[in-house]
Amino acid sequence: MPVKRAEKTPMPVRDAHERAHDFREVNRGYTVFHAVFEAERCLRCQEPVCVDGCPVQIPIPEFIHAVAIGDMAAAAKILRSANPLPAICGRVCPQESQCEAECSMTKNFDPVGIGHLERYVADWERTQPPAVQAKLTRAEKIAVIGSGPSGLVCAGELARLGYPVTIYEALHAPGGVLRYGIPEFRLPKAVLDWEIGLLKAMGVEIVCNVIIGKTLTLDELFEKHGYSAVFIGTGAGLPQFLGIPGENLNGVMSANEFLTRINLMRAYEFPEADTPVRVGKRVAVIGAGNTAMDAVRTSLRMGAEEAMIVYRRSEKEMGARIEEYHHALEEGVKFHWLTNPLEILGNAEGWATGLKCQRMQLGPKDASGRARPIPIEGSELELPVDNVVLAIGTTPNPLLTRTTSGLLTNQKGCLVADEQTGLTSKSLVFAGGDAVTGAATVILAAGAGKRAAQAMHEALAARVS
Amino acid sequence: MARILETRRLTPVTKYFRIEAPLIAAAARPGQFVMLRVREGGERIPITIADYDRAAGTLTIVVQEVGATTRRVCALEAGEEILDVAGPLGGHIEIPPGGHVCGIGGGFGSAALLCLMRELSARGDRTTAILGARTKELLILADELRPLCRNVEVCTDDGSAGFKGFVTQRLAQLIAGDGPGRPDHVVAIGPMAMMRAVADATREAKVKTLVSMDPLMVDGTGMCGGCRVTVGGKARFACVDGPCFDAHEVDFDVAMRRNKQYVREEKQAFERVACMAARESR
Repeated sequence: MPVKRAEKTPMPVRDAHERAHDFREVNRGYTVFHAVFEAERCLRCQEPVCVDGCPVQIPIPEFIHAVAIGDMAAAAKILRSANPLPAICGRVCPQESQCEAECSMTKNFDPVGIGHLERYVADWERTQPPAVQAKLTRAEKIAVIGSGPSGLVCAGELARLGYPVTIYEALHAPGGVLRYGIPEFRLPKAVLDWEIGLLKAMGVEIVCNVIIGKTLTLDELFEKHGYSAVFIGTGAGLPQFLGIPGENLNGVMSANEFLTRINLMRAYEFPEADTPVRVGKRVAVIGAGNTAMDAVRTSLRMGAEEAMIVYRRSEKEMGARIEEYHHALEEGVKFHWLTNPLEILGNAEGWATGLKCQRMQLGPKDASGRARPIPIEGSELELPVDNVVLAIGTTPNPLLTRTTSGLLTNQKGCLVADEQTGLTSKSLVFAGGDAVTGAATVILAAGAGKRAAQAMHEALAARVS
Repeated sequence: MARILETRRLTPVTKYFRIEAPLIAAAARPGQFVMLRVREGGERIPITIADYDRAAGTLTIVVQEVGATTRRVCALEAGEEILDVAGPLGGHIEIPPGGHVCGIGGGFGSAALLCLMRELSARGDRTTAILGARTKELLILADELRPLCRNVEVCTDDGSAGFKGFVTQRLAQLIAGDGPGRPDHVVAIGPMAMMRAVADATREAKVKTLVSMDPLMVDGTGMCGGCRVTVGGKARFACVDGPCFDAHEVDFDVAMRRNKQYVREEKQAFERVACMAARESR
């Protein structure tokens, strides 16, 4: 029977002062005692509304029940049946606006710690010998473009269905945004490497350093390389800039550049690793999404004395996961809410020295459904900074669409694809993840990859019969 | 992994490599580049494609030792492998056919003229290459370019070979009608200062000019934006919008300043590699 307890079992975390200076993971994860203790709180509702809040409909009460009775193997099996990347999603999903927002407990108490439990079960699974069940039974070769969350999941599902799958990755290492974007302290590379290892054990081939659209065209995959179907999971990797004066000053960069230098290229090991990154005493990160939190917390770990978020809206409109925000606060990040950057100021040598901003107030809702920030006259201020990191969003990379005819995109550069199947405007070409939705979450990309795999299977089966 | 088939020292600091890269060779066009990485933990560096042989599936690159990574590349010999080679990246050079095209190569930039001049000559354009270096020993690939080009002009600062003076001085003479005559298009590939000087030399004469920008890059695929170049007042990404841009629109001041962002770290890394090499040889 469920045990009534108002409070969610807290996630054990590392001390804020200690962790803010290294890249090791912040959350320590539940122990088995925490996990069972927390799982007992689940009410096992007749109509589990939490499942409706999950983009991939994990049978949440079932897996939590298995945890409560200590059957971790069953819990892992249930989890993985719906979500092929549980160790990753347990760490990076915005549970507070998904499953946990719907949890029946939420009305009066803390929701059940679904995310923490997902992570616990997935981490337990990683201590077990991998259960690989995939046998090549199909003749049709399938190519997956991009090795981010949607591509990894799509490839895994297709391998499970018996298809020979090749993933093409443009960079020298697989993982996409999971490798170049999300920092080690939030998603250890070991977790990602384990998932990738599982795919390889299932027979999925991963080819790095091949840029589809450049090295090979999409049409060549069909015509010259004998693929029967293609999944595009190329993400939203193109960084946006503000277009304000001073953006080309030295010390100003996109969050993508900042994080790629550090996460993919390991700039924190310079000069042991070859790629440097110059982090000054004061770093301003513009934006308040997860990428902004990652960048601002990374700058602390790279030695910044003062790391700040500059955001034109308020705390309420912030896009970041609540946990990342709390962790950032604990680590000493400063927040300048309702502050809009107008210009980046520089010295004679061309290095950034300050950020000229204007205070804002919130007005009526805008197209995004959030309160529109309106400038307050005469409220200009100047923040002294050494670096400005822009984390104001990314758009899909046009490398592939520019060189592929008949692949429709919308005004935002996103691929046009069927919501259910992921089918694009080209026959037997499917797509999913940020390349279709614009920058979104890992779990949405994973869900799209999974649905597309099923649709590809059906499309190929229909073609044979 | 790309196997090195042939290497040749062109000067004490530049080395020629022919490598096995069939997919890249099949897709490459003049003006494009590849990203290289030579070791785990190594950086990704952009290198302009010098030439390619589609039938043989090989790619030619010329690397100048300017930093830690290029020094490590130049230590590699035939039979060894380059850890990562990705490409071809960037757009290729597009020049309307039928004109007189003058390719200008400064230092190791001359290498990129190989495939460009071959392609343009093959389609019937009148081609001239002007190669410049400080002194005779630093001139590269003049003999290789002669069969690919109608005219090859050589310039050295000290007059030890060919025209005594800068490439821009010889270019000015051509524009005035000397030798092979005024070009319709100029493509300059080499050090930033040289490309800027070429841009200045052709601006007034109104000769359309392309320069191959070589900014700092991390990924080379449009992801980081570190390679942004100001062209016509707008920020453009050299890796996807370039690397060749209208020379008269490029803001060289910004480009040169941005290229110096990591000079301190580059020097540190270079000295570290030099030290390690010295220790090893001892």
